[in-house]
Formats: sequence, structure tokens, C-alpha cells
Amino acid sequence: MGVGIEVRGLNAWYGKNQSLNSIDMTVAANHVTAVIGPSGCGKSTYVRCLNRMHETIPEARAEGSVKVGEMDVYGSGSDPVEVRRRIGMVFQKPNPFPSMSIYDNVAAGLKLNGFRNRKQMNELVERSLKLAALWDEVKDSLHKKSGASLSGGQQQRLCIARALAVEPEVLLMDEPASALDPISTSKIEELIFQLKQHYTVVIVTHNMQQAARVAEFTAFFLMGSLIEYDKTEKIFTTPADKRTEDYITGRFG
Amino acid sequence: MPNLSAQSAPQQVGLVRRFTNAGATTFAVAAAILVLVPLLAIFAYLVIKGIGSVNWAFLTQTPKPPGEVGGGMANAIIGTGIILAVASVIGVPLGIGSGIYLAEYGRNRFGDLVRFTADVLNGVPSIVIGIAAYSLVVVPQKHFSAFSGGVALGIMMIPTVARATEEMLLMVPNVIREAAYGLGIPKWRTTLSISLRTASAGVITGCMLAFARVAGETAPLLFTAFGNQFWNLKLNQPTAALSLQVFTYAISPYDDWHKQAWAGALILIVLIVGAVAAVRITTSRGMLKGGS
Amino acid sequence: MSDSVDPMNSTEPLGKLQKPATAIPSMAQVSKERKTAASTVLQKIRTSHPRASRVPDAVFAVIILLSAISVFAIVVLVAWELIDKSRLSLHQFGIGFFYGHDWDPVAGSFGAMPFIYGTLVSSFLALLMAVPLSIGVAVYVTEMCPQRLRAIISFLVELLAAIPSVIYGLWGIFVLAPLLREYVEPFLARTLGWTGLFTGPMYGLGMLAAGIIMAIMVVPVIASITREVMTAVPQNQREAVLALGATRWEMIRMGVLRNARIGIVGGIILGLGRALGETMAVTMVIGNRPEIAKSLFAPGYTMASVIANEFTEATGDLYLSALVEIGLALFIVTLIVNALARLLVWSITGGTARVRA
Repeated sequence: MGVGIEVRGLNAWYGKNQSLNSIDMTVAANHVTAVIGPSGCGKSTYVRCLNRMHETIPEARAEGSVKVGEMDVYGSGSDPVEVRRRIGMVFQKPNPFPSMSIYDNVAAGLKLNGFRNRKQMNELVERSLKLAALWDEVKDSLHKKSGASLSGGQQQRLCIARALAVEPEVLLMDEPASALDPISTSKIEELIFQLKQHYTVVIVTHNMQQAARVAEFTAFFLMGSLIEYDKTEKIFTTPADKRTEDYITGRFG
Repeated sequence: MPNLSAQSAPQQVGLVRRFTNAGATTFAVAAAILVLVPLLAIFAYLVIKGIGSVNWAFLTQTPKPPGEVGGGMANAIIGTGIILAVASVIGVPLGIGSGIYLAEYGRNRFGDLVRFTADVLNGVPSIVIGIAAYSLVVVPQKHFSAFSGGVALGIMMIPTVARATEEMLLMVPNVIREAAYGLGIPKWRTTLSISLRTASAGVITGCMLAFARVAGETAPLLFTAFGNQFWNLKLNQPTAALSLQVFTYAISPYDDWHKQAWAGALILIVLIVGAVAAVRITTSRGMLKGGS
Repeated sequence: MSDSVDPMNSTEPLGKLQKPATAIPSMAQVSKERKTAASTVLQKIRTSHPRASRVPDAVFAVIILLSAISVFAIVVLVAWELIDKSRLSLHQFGIGFFYGHDWDPVAGSFGAMPFIYGTLVSSFLALLMAVPLSIGVAVYVTEMCPQRLRAIISFLVELLAAIPSVIYGLWGIFVLAPLLREYVEPFLARTLGWTGLFTGPMYGLGMLAAGIIMAIMVVPVIASITREVMTAVPQNQREAVLALGATRWEMIRMGVLRNARIGIVGGIILGLGRALGETMAVTMVIGNRPEIAKSLFAPGYTMASVIANEFTEATGDLYLSALVEIGLALFIVTLIVNALARLLVWSITGGTARVRA
């Protein structure tokens, strides 16, 4: 089951440029929340702050409070590695490990975190691939094929399976379908819909229709600030803020 | 007609230009041939002159005293193996380690310094490395040794391995690292199990090329490994090496030793070409495994 | 780190933020659920690694840093040993060491001039032959040769670099020297003898042989760098020149070579560095006589060769020290030459930026 996320006063910088301004946001457990906004509005930075991926970029830093379930992400005793283990992430471009087979790709997180039980690992790999709706397509070539030999859409589902295998509580998706064709995109969207039964999903997208299709809640970011956050339906029909309205009606961005 | 002259002028220039073009082309082709001739000549001579003297005795016996016919280079073959093993034990880990530093941590002043020093070290003449190994290892140890030879060659391997590792790691896309971090894998584990593994084919190539490069080195061994007419398997004793033996025999006045020098050279080149070919095979396999 | 909200930077009035509180289960509710449904697998992973990544990460970073430091330390150590061990000679002879003509170990007088001369002349000779050949090969491979041949020729040229020096020497003694003695040198003496460069007894072994052998050895160095910088020239430069109605050679000259010239000079200097330090092959074919002769047929001696030949036989501290000083000079010269070459090549290929991008 997923857990909720509570963000308070989150600021982020790239060098001297501030890219997020005091974000406060509560993300519902076991729901899909979409983050939309024009490019450069800080929506990617925002999700990368949730699992402390932001700070892996040189000169980038973040401050504030993020609580994922009981875990204090930026607390003094918190370890970024532990945080990322508990919060899965799917990236914009599919990034399977090219030197590993499909199986090893999915098992990578488990193995590298010191998980050894072979039988349970097989089960987890199968379960994750099934959850990612990839099992039927790859079950005959789990060990034979490299992760890089799959098609783009399959690769992205493989990356989702890889993220799910370590049983995260939250799944962050940073424009997961932006590099994919429409058919693959619809598969991923369908998948996201399934996943919310088990996980809290935060998805960044520049595609408003996609947000409308998959998310119950939508947050609109502009120039590093959270402008409006509400039920998706409300955002797209009767937004409270003028800027939100301008954006969703296509007046800028 | 004024038009005609305007049209014929470029045509005349065209002739000169075409001639120059043909001349340049001919020169380039001739250069390619001229460069390849010595290569083929060297290989041809190695095989023709060397093959006749490669026999069982050559591969299993130690050298006979000067002037006596027969004997072999078995001790030198083993000696080269020992020295290269020591060199690899020193050069490969240090090279890969500093390559990892350059690629994953070295985006700073000190990284630039190390990168530059590695290039400088690569250009230091091997004989100078030999002097350094002599005064750093041989002098304190008070005698020539296989170990000191290995140190000299190991030092020479480091920059090649380091730069190859760096280059290959930088070719690993950052999204791969992010994927690993995103799974909660610590940096050291990501570097070794993900980045280095992804880059492994290229890193192995770098190591093998470094190996091939030092395998035939002679100058730094002259006053480190020194050479030995007899069997020696001890690391702290003077040791024969193929390249040294080829040198000694080639400048000797004995006909039989000249033949053996060719045979030794043939074995040496087979070893080196074998290493290079192994690189080609492993890398192409690696690509097959990695790509679609 | 936590809870530091900067009101100065919050341009948005937070009041506008609409929290969908009704639909969202409270945090307490969430964590209760979490406890009951906690996955056994995840628990196992967590308990086996209780937040233990920091220490190994730090240890790893230190190990890696140490190996990087070792590269730097080795170069410093090499330089220090050379300076330390040549101190005696530096004190005794001072700067005069480098222009003294006399190399007499028995009398204890050491002047390095004949070796410096031999090194410079043989290297210059090698470059004279190698540069046009290398550029020719690089041009052929990058711009003219059929796709199929490209990889093969590049591989063969690189194979030239893989042949050990001692094998070049062996080949030089038994194949090249007789060839020079019987055919080439008599021909040169007949046609170009008047220049004074090709006179005197023809041994085969000598400065000319050393130059030729080194030229063969230096070609792959220059050719591979030239090829690299030529490939780095963007395709649109070629197209721009071709679109002006240029022939292929004009395209190569204006579109490629001109853009790549700094890098090519870098490659040539790198080849020079290789030639200056080359030891075995030269030692085997140059004749090893510390003389300064105008004729290229005459034997000579190089800095590297004298170290190779006399180091283990050097009796007496001063003798050894003088040899190490030659090594030190070689080290400094190659260091400068290589630094220069790297800077030039980097300026073209962008150093590591090329692969970073």
C-alpha cells in the first residue's frame, strides 16, 4: 500500500538560481497526482526533490520538509540512499541497464540492496513484470535478451517493473511517456491506473490530456511556485487562479 | 562572343584543379601503401625467419652458453609472464581506480591535474621510467629483480588504463546512474555494479591495450629485471624476459642466436597480437550482449 | 536543513493553495495502513541494510581518491628520483654538461652534446619522413577510402604502434641496414653526395637507419591523432566547401585540414615526443658512437641509447649520475613536448568534453 506525502516549505536551487519557491503540498496515498506546468516551471525539480535525486546534480541543493509516510526525507538522520530505496522513480527517457538481461534489470535493485533469496526473487521479478504489464511479452526471453533490446515502450515498462521490484511506497514518474509513441503511451497510462491500487503515484507531465486521463489530483506549477492544487476535474473545469486558466486554455506555455 | 571567354576560363582552371586533385589523391594512396609495406615486411620476416627456430627445445630449454648451438628461451617466456603479471596487478587496479576518479569524482581542479599528469606519464620515455624503478626498487633491494621490472611496466600501464576507463565511464549515459540511484543503490555500488559493468567491454579493451603496449617493452627492463640465463621463478631475483633476450641475441655476433632472436620476436608478437585480437573478440561479444 | 521557509522567496500567496483535504486520508491513517500491509520482502531489505550506505560510500571515495593521487605521486616521485640521483653530476658540471663534447668515462669527463645532437637529428629526420606519410594516410582513410577498407587500414596502422621497439630494432639490423648499405646509400651518395649529408663509408647502420626506423614507429602516432581531429571536423564544413564547387582535394584542404591544423600540429609534436624518448630500436641501428658528423651515413648516439647501453655498466657514482642527468633532461623535454601537444589536441577535440557531451 502506498503512503501519503507531506511537503512543507520546500525550496530548491541550481547553483544560485532558485528553481522552487516554498512549496507546500499534501499528496494523497493510493491516488495518482499529476504535476503540470510549462517547461522550466520546476515540476521535474519538484519530484526529484521528493526522493532526493535533485542533489545528485552538481551544485544543486534543496531545503524544506518532506515527509513520506513516517519517513522524514530531509531529516537530519535521513540517508538519501534509503529514501530512494523506498520511493521508486521512473525517468523521462527509458534507461534500462544495457549490460543486463531483462531479468537482471528487474532484479537489480533487489540484488544490489543485498537480497539473496533466489526463489523469492523469481517471484518478485515475475510479479513486478506482471504489474508492469510486460510479463507476457518477455517471459520467454528473460535471460536471453538484454534490456536494451526491447522497444522504447517495453523499455519504459521494464523500468517501471524495475522500480516496482523493490516494493516502493511511492512511485514518482517524470514524464514517463514523453519519449514514447501513442500506443505505448496508452499502455503506460493504463498501467498507472492499475498501479494506484498499490502505490501512491506522482506523475509529471507536460501533456494536460494525460493528466486529465490518469490523475485524481492535479498540481499546477509556474516559475518554481505551486499555483494551484486541487481535484483534477476542478482544475480543468473551474480553476481558481487566472494563471491556471490561462495555461489550461492554452494561452501560454 | 564575350560569353565564350567567360565560360572557357573556369574550364582551364578546372584542368589545373583536376590535376592537383589527382596528384593529391595519388599521394594519399601512395602514403597508405608506403606505410603498410614495412608492416607487412616486418610480419613476413618474423614468420619466415622465426618459424624455423620455434621448436620444442626453444620452448622448453634455457639458453646454451655463447657459441653453442641449441637451447631455448623457456625461462624468458616464463619470466615475461611473471613480470607482466606483476605489472598487471599494479597497473590495472590503480588505472581503473584513477579512471573512476576522473569520470565520477574528477570534475574539479584536482581531477584536471590528475588527467594532465596521466597524459604526461604516458609520454615519459620508457627508459626514464626504468631509471626511476631502478632507484626506487632496485637500489633499496640491492639487486635486480622481476618485481622491479613489474613495477616499471605497471607504472606504464596506469595512464592507458585510467584514460580508457574514464572515457568509457563517461560514455555511460547519466540516466543509467540515475536509474540506479532511484532504486536506492549507493554510489559505490552504482559505480562498480552498474556504470563500470556497462562500460566493461571498453575498460577491458583499455587494459588489454595497455598490456600489449608493455608486453614488448625492453628499455625499462634493462636495469630492473636485468635478464638471466637460467631459470628463475623468484620475484626478487634477476629474471629473463623475451624482449631482453631478443635484444641480447640480436646484437650478439652468433648466427644461432640471431635465429633465436627472430624466433623470440615471433613469440612476442604472437603474444601481443593475441592480446589485441582477444580485445576485438571480447568487445564484439560484449556489444552483441549489450546491444540489440 | 528542514523547515526553513524563506518568506522572501515565496512569491505566491499560499492562501490560494487549495488543499483537497476531503479526499486525502490523513497521515496518521496512512501510516496505520502502512504498518499492517508492510511487505515482508521490503522489511528484509531494510533491516539488512539499516541506513548503512554512508560509510561504504566514504570508504570507496577514499580508495578511489588514493588511486588518483597515486598517478600524481608517481610522476612527482619519478621527477624527484631523477633530480636526486643526478645531483652529483649537476654540481660537478653545471650547465656545461649540455654543451660539452667530451664523453670519457675513464677520464671522468662527461658532456652530453653528442647525444643531444644525435637525438635531435634522428628525431627531426624521422618527422621529416613521417609527417607527410601520416597526413597522407589520415587523409586517405578519412576522406577517400572505401568504407570497407577504412577499418582495416586503421587497424593495420594501429598495429604498427603495437609492434615492440625491440622487434623494429631486430628488423632494422637484419633487413633494413643491409638494404640501405647495398642499394639506398650508394644511390643517395651518387645523386645527393654533393650536399655533404650523404658521404663517407656506408655501414647501413647509422643516423639514416635510425631516422627511417623511427619514422615508421612515429607514423601511427601522428596518423591516429590526425585522423581523430579530421573526424572531429563537422560534416557541414565539408559540405560548405563542396557546395562552392570545390574538388575533393580542395574540400580536404580548405574544409578539413585547415580546420584541423592545430590538432595535426599537436599530433606531430606528440610524435616528436615519442621519437625523442625512443630507445631500443634506435640503440640497435644507430651505431652508438658519440660523434657529431655531418653525414647521415655516419653512426651517432642518442640520449636514450647511451642510458640503455651504459647504465648497468656505469662504474662510479659520477658516471651513473651523469647518465641519470641525461634521463632527467629527457624527462623534462618530453614533459614540455607532451604538455604542448596535449593542449593543442585538446583545443580541437575538446579534451574530455568530446565524450562528455
